[in-house]
Amino acid sequence: MSARDEQERRVPPVLIVLAWLWVGVPFAYGLWQLLLKLPALFGS
Amino acid sequence: MTVTDGHRAGFLARERIIARPGWSRWLIPPAALAVHLSIGQAYAWSVFKTPLEKGLNISGVASSLPFQLGIVMLGLSAAVFGTRVDRNGPRWAMLVSSICFVTGFLISALGVWTRQYWLVVLGYGAVGGIGLGIGYISPVSTLIKWFPDRPGMATGIAIMGFGGGALIASPWSASMLAAFGASGNTPDPDGIALTFLIMGLAYAVFMSVGWLLIRVPADDWRPAGWDPATQKTGKLITTGGVSAANAIKTPQFWLLWIVLCFNVTAGIGILEKAAPIFTDFFGGSNPAASFAAAAAGFAALLSLANMFGRFVWSTTSDLIGRKNIYRMYLGVGAILYLVIELMTNSNKVLFLICAMLILSFYGAGFATAPAYLRDLFGTYQVGAIHGRLLTAWSVAGVLGPMIVNAIADAHKGEAGPARYTTSFIIMIVLLVVGFVANELIRPVDPKWHEKPDAGHDRRPGVRPDEQEATR
Repeated sequence: MSARDEQERRVPPVLIVLAWLWVGVPFAYGLWQLLLKLPALFGS
Repeated sequence: MTVTDGHRAGFLARERIIARPGWSRWLIPPAALAVHLSIGQAYAWSVFKTPLEKGLNISGVASSLPFQLGIVMLGLSAAVFGTRVDRNGPRWAMLVSSICFVTGFLISALGVWTRQYWLVVLGYGAVGGIGLGIGYISPVSTLIKWFPDRPGMATGIAIMGFGGGALIASPWSASMLAAFGASGNTPDPDGIALTFLIMGLAYAVFMSVGWLLIRVPADDWRPAGWDPATQKTGKLITTGGVSAANAIKTPQFWLLWIVLCFNVTAGIGILEKAAPIFTDFFGGSNPAASFAAAAAGFAALLSLANMFGRFVWSTTSDLIGRKNIYRMYLGVGAILYLVIELMTNSNKVLFLICAMLILSFYGAGFATAPAYLRDLFGTYQVGAIHGRLLTAWSVAGVLGPMIVNAIADAHKGEAGPARYTTSFIIMIVLLVVGFVANELIRPVDPKWHEKPDAGHDRRPGVRPDEQEATR
């Protein structure tokens, strides 16, 4: 593994996870609300 | 601006956000998404229309004004402030965007609270619209520089966020309006004001992660294992850099402008009237109440296709090239419209597949444009060029609904799919014209490239705009 690869790991992975959760959780909420509407489309 | 000036500018200066060694580029997409998921709220404006109309006793035309002005301001502010966004850097741009977007909500809250509707138009439309434009382009050039190996994927993630913003805001704002007594036949205006206020404050917090987390790569930074010399090359991919002022003098810019404008117009053809189109095609003898839910499901399905198309097709463009992917958006898009035209309502599943693909191409047209610009004009001022290109969106935002609504109104007497025949034929023609425009795109003449003696590095992935910013 190169020195650059090792440097890439210096950011704590937890920070990356938290950053993605910050945007991922609201996005998942919106997606879930959207999916709730889909059954009506195929039920008609 | 000099480095000394940058030091004086402090927290917002580009020099302050040059990533230290070891910074992960995977922190940049969430920073971009924090902004795009917020400003994407604009497409959920329709949730406020009925409460405002009933609560403040205004017309449907008046209740659309804040959104329409917001979209016009998006295009204008992206074009006007694009160069400044490139020069000052993404933290400055994201903070300015946040301030304008949040202030728009706060002014709107005040406007509804005092029953002064013009304040809502001014706040949400004008002030908030500037936030939309600056916010939309703020992370684009930064993402391209962090992901020189996958620019389509990187901008696809961010611009998918703009589509996702409405998914979040729509159910969230609807539930708040209901909770504060601002829904139903007698909505309480104070409840609308409270909803605006809470949304403004929540977006202020949510967007802060964007401007806190955003970083620009150091001049010598490269992704691990990536060598610029071995990057994918093609006839259209330049190694030069073209300024925004010169880009608009090239035929390539205006051909791409036509491509984006007509691709967006064609997508809006279905998006604008999703529920009525589905009802006219498949409503038949179904009870209106139960079919309204199915039509809402159709609109939801199109939103999903619009959003995921931005990521999937833009990422695919990294593999097959930008010109080829636009051939698909425009050429296959025209064929899909033709299939709908010929099949009408004889096959529901085929109709749904065609509509979903058309909408996925619509969203992808937005998401792939920055990478196409990077290929043609280099990374030098790509954000500013993108800002100017977004005027095509403003034009399409007016053109698309105008065509579909005018023709649907003119064919009011007709029932079923026949009502949309003329509209769909126009969309096919627009897509064919866009296809031809894409075919005419050739590599940019090197005479437009910035001169090497200006000290600019010409290779994608490095930042000659740094030199521009310090001249």
